[in-house]
Amino acid sequence: MISKFRFASWSLALGLLALISSTHHAMAAEAKVETFTMDNGMQVVVIPDHRAPVVTHMVWYRVGAADEPAGESGVAHFLEHLLFKGTKTVAPGEFSKTVRRNGGQENAFTSSDYTAYFQRIARDRLELMMKLESDRMTNLQLSKKDIKTERDVVTEERRSRVDNSPSGRLSEQVRAALYLNHPYGDPVIGWMHEIKQLNLKAVTAFYKRFYTPSNAILIVAGDITVEQLRPLAEKYYGVIPSTGPMKPRVRPLEPEPQAARRVTLTDPRVPTPSLRRIYTSASYSRAEPGEAEALDILSHILGTGTTSRLYQRLVVEQKIASYAGSWYSGDALDLGDIGLYAGPQAGSGKAELAAVEASIDAVIKEIILDGVTDQEVADAKNSLLSSTVYLKDDQMRRARIYGVALTTGQTVRDIEEWPSRIEAVSAKQVQDVARRYLKPRRSVTGLLLPEKTEQRAKAPSTVKHGDKS
Amino acid sequence: MKHLIVFPIAVRSLLALGVIAILQLSVAKIAHAIEIQQVKSPGGITAWLVEDHSIPLMSMRFAFKGGWANEPEEQQGATHFLAGMLDEGAGELNSKQYQTRQKQLAMKLSFRARADHFYGSFQALTKHRDASAAMLADALTVPRFDDVPFQRIRSQIVLNIKSNSQDPERVASKNWLKLMFAGHPYGRARRGTAEKLGALTPADLRGLTKNLFAKKGLKIAVVGDINADELGKLLDRVFSKLPAEGNITKLVEAKVTAKPAVQIIDRNIPQSVIQFGHAGLKRDHPDFVPAYVLNFILGGGGFGSRLTEEIREKRGLTYSVYSYLSPYDHGALFVGGASTQNARAGETVKIIRQELERMANEGPTAKELADAKTYMTGSYALRFDTSKKIAGQLLAIQTDDLGVEYVEKRNELIIAVTLEDLKRLAKQLLKPGALVMTIVGKPEGVDAKEAKGG
Repeated sequence: MISKFRFASWSLALGLLALISSTHHAMAAEAKVETFTMDNGMQVVVIPDHRAPVVTHMVWYRVGAADEPAGESGVAHFLEHLLFKGTKTVAPGEFSKTVRRNGGQENAFTSSDYTAYFQRIARDRLELMMKLESDRMTNLQLSKKDIKTERDVVTEERRSRVDNSPSGRLSEQVRAALYLNHPYGDPVIGWMHEIKQLNLKAVTAFYKRFYTPSNAILIVAGDITVEQLRPLAEKYYGVIPSTGPMKPRVRPLEPEPQAARRVTLTDPRVPTPSLRRIYTSASYSRAEPGEAEALDILSHILGTGTTSRLYQRLVVEQKIASYAGSWYSGDALDLGDIGLYAGPQAGSGKAELAAVEASIDAVIKEIILDGVTDQEVADAKNSLLSSTVYLKDDQMRRARIYGVALTTGQTVRDIEEWPSRIEAVSAKQVQDVARRYLKPRRSVTGLLLPEKTEQRAKAPSTVKHGDKS
Repeated sequence: MKHLIVFPIAVRSLLALGVIAILQLSVAKIAHAIEIQQVKSPGGITAWLVEDHSIPLMSMRFAFKGGWANEPEEQQGATHFLAGMLDEGAGELNSKQYQTRQKQLAMKLSFRARADHFYGSFQALTKHRDASAAMLADALTVPRFDDVPFQRIRSQIVLNIKSNSQDPERVASKNWLKLMFAGHPYGRARRGTAEKLGALTPADLRGLTKNLFAKKGLKIAVVGDINADELGKLLDRVFSKLPAEGNITKLVEAKVTAKPAVQIIDRNIPQSVIQFGHAGLKRDHPDFVPAYVLNFILGGGGFGSRLTEEIREKRGLTYSVYSYLSPYDHGALFVGGASTQNARAGETVKIIRQELERMANEGPTAKELADAKTYMTGSYALRFDTSKKIAGQLLAIQTDDLGVEYVEKRNELIIAVTLEDLKRLAKQLLKPGALVMTIVGKPEGVDAKEAKGG
């Protein structure tokens, strides 16, 4: 997922995914979240939190990079940037300046499955935000100049995130190799050659098709009640004419994978070798009952934190890796994924990377053959369920969890019942999902290698003594 | 619906454990209303507390006086290393036992070494509060520094240093700081070097804890499901065994003597990463608040700042351009950054210089100042919407020595800034002719001047 502005420092793709999975709709059942749908099909969710006179106002669209027409990768994210240009009544750039003048903070972000816009602001400015946000749902007005300048901005964003970083480039290649047919293989930001081709026509067509009330969800968290929000929601969003129900989001499906794949990126700018592997798996929206929950627990036991099996085996006991971990990303409309990553200790090369990979394989094999212990399952449940308490402290994160769930085929009820479904997972189920999904043929293994690993002594001084430059 | 507490608008001072005085203060109308209690434990440890019983957890942040800049040069990196070692076993528990226990308690504990302070962040569920606090106490008072985790964490840091050596933004930042604070500890790399880390021993880290972890200069902020009485006991449990005083090497003032320069660090990447700046203002400088407002107009986050408008919005040169004030206890910088494709680096650098020049010469407009004020005062409440964030704010106010009334006064200070202040200050603070730039990449249209990096 990528954002309109850059945050102080963005996480590596890996870190970000890990974060998402660890906070996976950890929501306590007793939270009085309310939802209703207006006549034009727009859903509204209210998440009350009266501790501070502040609200988080978000509009989510059920559209992301996986809904883009072929050959137009990046158009969903590009459009997200362009929504900050003008409308029929708001001058270009004025949206953000108004938010700022009113003490608000804003951003937007795009993933494969959703696009979302938000402002965090004092409660008494909520109505103004709703007025502005509802306006740009249908009244966007773009000039050719807007397209050209903002396209340049997006190419710079791509350079920062991907092209300047060997790790970013490898991640992109791994995902492209992982999906044989599904558009999850395309980068959300788009391929550079396609970004450069995006034009007003493509953007406008995409906007008209997907930015409509029946495809949108309003989420307001903070110092507000459903009684207070309902008339405002009707006044600003409820009046937008319905364009009829949206067509189902049907993307090309994946065939049954037949072969494990490997992707290697060798670059003199790789400081130390590393490995990542991704398996396609079930998502919360398409999984059999209990499967996604078992995958969350599996990933927790396998690679979350320093007490996990991967960290304990590779880093603590064998001392062959400097770091090792895993994530499960189940909040997706179609397919979820399980990822693993590790890096050998400083100063090691290709042979050590092979040893790291062999150990990862051994850890996986043990889980498949022998399962996990009841204690491990109990500890994982305790961690996941405790996170629901911490989550209540953060209205922005709570709002995001609802938005992600509702744009990836889940319901408010699913979120609220998540703790009890986690409680119900057995050690046997964890072993079953490991057996089902941690199959080599479901995976792509990505290797990041310094150029000429075997000749490290002759590497450019920037690599060898880089920390002293 | 469960009713949540909204705090009355007041700053309350508690000395010992009783309420002594209540100050009624007005705030800008949308500022968050919080009630700060100053708590003193039976053992004499003081902390600021905001009670909030709506969620069964507490957040605590604390800071010891002394950071990585205070470590002896031969132990460079030790303080950062120490921050990574405190949850690697303490008291009866070895590393794995300690971390397993932490997980079972669902407590959150992390440490961070900054230049002038050593920070801790601790969060605990109410049901596990005492057991979690005991874990924290052990981390601070009886850390083990067992050899195996010592080696492990050290090798992780060494790998990190190596990784960062290829991260263009870190390379830019590190080299730029080295130019700005040449010869002063602030210019050193906080992670140290592989060589210096290799020479450290567990005894060195133990010695460091004795120097750093002391009651004198300790600042604590707590927010959440705990009352003053309970907090007093917790503070004694965690901190009372620490020595009254530590042993921190005094730092000399870090004067920025770097000459104007453009340092180009050649890297084969498609995008040039630019860091720029010059001397800034310390937090206790009488002009700090106006300078903060001035910088917001020039390069503060998001749309509307001059740098973003000129460099991103008008010309599409970058995804991100920004500037900020970076005060230290014994020095201060004004820092900015941007990234752009190599071919447009020259143009980007030119506009950065032009915009600094224009601001220095003309200052901001009345409208820019008015808009900055409404943003800055209106958004202050957004820093107080989670217990962890509130604790962070209250700690910063203490380490900056701003006084407990600052939460209430802060917006008034912003409102009091005048256009004349900013015009005068712009000339004094912004020195486009004194800019020191570090550019990592293959920038075109930029000539290296003076400093040459590698």
